Amino acid sequence: MGAFGHYLTGHFATLRLEFWALFVGGLANGVLYGMVAVGYTLVYGVLRLINFAHSEIFMSGGFAGYFVMKSMVGNAVPSGIASVGLIVLGIIVGGVVGAVMATLVERVAYRPLRRRRAPALAYLISAIGASYFLYNMAGKEFGRVPISMPQPYINHPIFHIFGAPVQMYYVIILLAGAVMFLTLDRIVAKTKLGRSIRAVAQDAETASLMGVNIDRTIVLTFIVGGALGGAAGFLFGMGTGVSNTMGFVPALKAFTAAVLGGIGNLRGAMIGGFLLGVVESLSVVFVQAAYMDVVAFGILVAVLLFRPTGILGERLGRSA
Amino acid sequence: MKRVFANAHVKRLFSAIAAMAVLELMTGPPGSALSPTAGFTGSFGEASSFFGLFRTQRWVVFLFIALVMFAIWTTWLTWGEQVRTATSKAMSVPRAATHTRPVRWGMVLVLLVVALLLPRLITDPFWQAAMVEQIAVYVLLALGLNVVVGFAGLLDLGFVAFYAIGAYTTAWVTGALPTAAPFGIHFNNFYAIPIAIALAMGAGIILGAPTLRLRGDYLAIVTLGFGEIITIFANNLYGITGGSQGTNTIPHFSLHVGPIKYLWGLTPVPYYYLTIVFVILFLIGFKLLEHSRVGRAWTAIREDEVAAESVGINPLKYKVMAFAIGASTAGFAGVVTASQSNTIFPSSFTLQFSINILVLVIFGGMGSITGVVLGAIVIQTGSMFLLHSPPAGYQPQDLYIYLGALLVVMMIFRPAGLVPSRRRHREIGLAEKGEGHMNEVLTGDTP
Repeated sequence: MGAFGHYLTGHFATLRLEFWALFVGGLANGVLYGMVAVGYTLVYGVLRLINFAHSEIFMSGGFAGYFVMKSMVGNAVPSGIASVGLIVLGIIVGGVVGAVMATLVERVAYRPLRRRRAPALAYLISAIGASYFLYNMAGKEFGRVPISMPQPYINHPIFHIFGAPVQMYYVIILLAGAVMFLTLDRIVAKTKLGRSIRAVAQDAETASLMGVNIDRTIVLTFIVGGALGGAAGFLFGMGTGVSNTMGFVPALKAFTAAVLGGIGNLRGAMIGGFLLGVVESLSVVFVQAAYMDVVAFGILVAVLLFRPTGILGERLGRSA
Repeated sequence: MKRVFANAHVKRLFSAIAAMAVLELMTGPPGSALSPTAGFTGSFGEASSFFGLFRTQRWVVFLFIALVMFAIWTTWLTWGEQVRTATSKAMSVPRAATHTRPVRWGMVLVLLVVALLLPRLITDPFWQAAMVEQIAVYVLLALGLNVVVGFAGLLDLGFVAFYAIGAYTTAWVTGALPTAAPFGIHFNNFYAIPIAIALAMGAGIILGAPTLRLRGDYLAIVTLGFGEIITIFANNLYGITGGSQGTNTIPHFSLHVGPIKYLWGLTPVPYYYLTIVFVILFLIGFKLLEHSRVGRAWTAIREDEVAAESVGINPLKYKVMAFAIGASTAGFAGVVTASQSNTIFPSSFTLQFSINILVLVIFGGMGSITGVVLGAIVIQTGSMFLLHSPPAGYQPQDLYIYLGALLVVMMIFRPAGLVPSRRRHREIGLAEKGEGHMNEVLTGDTP
């Protein structure tokens, strides 16, 4: 006990010192996980399925953003209004490409099976096949080594929070995430599209009797989820670089976040994302950085063991 | 525009052209980060021989193939039903003939003799090695995954983790790892077999028990994560696993029973025979399992879990059992591979591997033992052929693109696989008619 006690005291001292710096970094990562988790949760809501190809939608957004930055950012790092414009452009392009990819995946890997009323296992296999195909195809076309993205901004600390510097990159992610989450929340709660998504999630058969076009709603759900996933891919790629396998680990964590918040629950996915990002970031104090992915996996298994419905519970098709 | 696409002919033509465009990209030259468009322009614009007649650009050839495909497709929709009934009528006679017991045993005997004579017929060293490492071992792995995916209807995407457990156990038991072998004794590889099976099975139970209580797709994602975690541990626990370098001092199988002394490994052929013996043992075991009480319980759970539960079957118990049996088969295969190659390192245990095995099962036919064996032989021989004598422009990594596409194509056009299990075929048919409880997925507003 003595040795272990020392271990804990020592690490808690480090934790107290580093807390806010780790918290900010973790929260920024968490926002990205949340953005991807929303895609899982939305598709799960309408189809009762995990969209395994979502990791490649994330990747496609990353590559789209990379190519935009590569052609737009010159030798000098842009600043000010140019910087903001480039980032907004990157988010939009990443989102659009993500949405297009999501639609294609739905068309090719899901819709033929839906037409045939295939069993659930077939969907999972088809989605895995699509995911595998896409990331290997990206490897063939764009190379299989990670590439760093030209930076459209200067990554200096913007302000300090409890003595911890908050870098530009984190500010961008937090701002973009806040805007997107609020918009999405309002779309699902207030608009006609949101109403039809919720109706299909609650009871597809009744919804179709009430005049909801199910096929259209499913496609639009993929588009919304894909747009967020693609935008997240660009934001992630700005910091970490892009590669054909970039989607794998973040998507696994985003899925964990979706389960953590309660799958099918939109706000749950966001909160699960923040929580996972922060916990994972703080865990660096206690375990080696190499085991950070193991922590997220441990959380996934623990949630499935002790509270499989997640923090907020599985709530399909409620407005919040 | 919308009206044009509503036309079924236009839709089919568009699908055929799109499919060919994708195929064009798949077979085309690669690009890179520096020239991201090279792959695309090359795939469509590169010169190519038009079936040996004249030279033209690739897109012309593929457009031609797309048009031919469209023509066949359209004709098939008109005449397909007649053709299908005619062939099934014609096939029913030979099929009935092969379904008698003596004929089937005769076929099994012939296949056995062919399998045993194969090393005499194929003497090329590349193919002799491939027969062991890439075909026989993969047949074993596919048989194991078939229990999980085929019999129990569960998706396991981290099969490689159990294979890695088997391989590392072999290294541990034979004293090839930095960590001390059990009791300080360097055991013979044969002793690794029960230990590896037990450890892989234990890992399967630990992972399966919490996950299998929940929805089926949670298992898929948890196993996917587990496959990745195992590699992280293997890479970082330097003192135990040897880190990213792994180990290359695993001994070969050897036998010391009284006066008999034999060491495997001088050529691939003895390993071939050893693996074939293992494959046959597993084949018999799984065939018996399929029709046993356990096998029938799996079928019942797969078809309708609620109904199965109501007649006293504990779904969790049988699912965990299937998962653990699959895991232990992978662990066993790990022993064979580790012994045969003497080397293990973490980077060989990848997601690619898990997916590769899944493709063998899906292509052959989930739940059909004959199908899975055949699928494994066909796919692995094909991929080895591509590796051995690649066509112009083919890179080794392109294989994975084909395998991914194959999964999607199989699910769309032939979900029951090449040699469908009769039971599975019927189930999918029933599910498509809306019967049974395999359908949890929204089917949309289509008839």
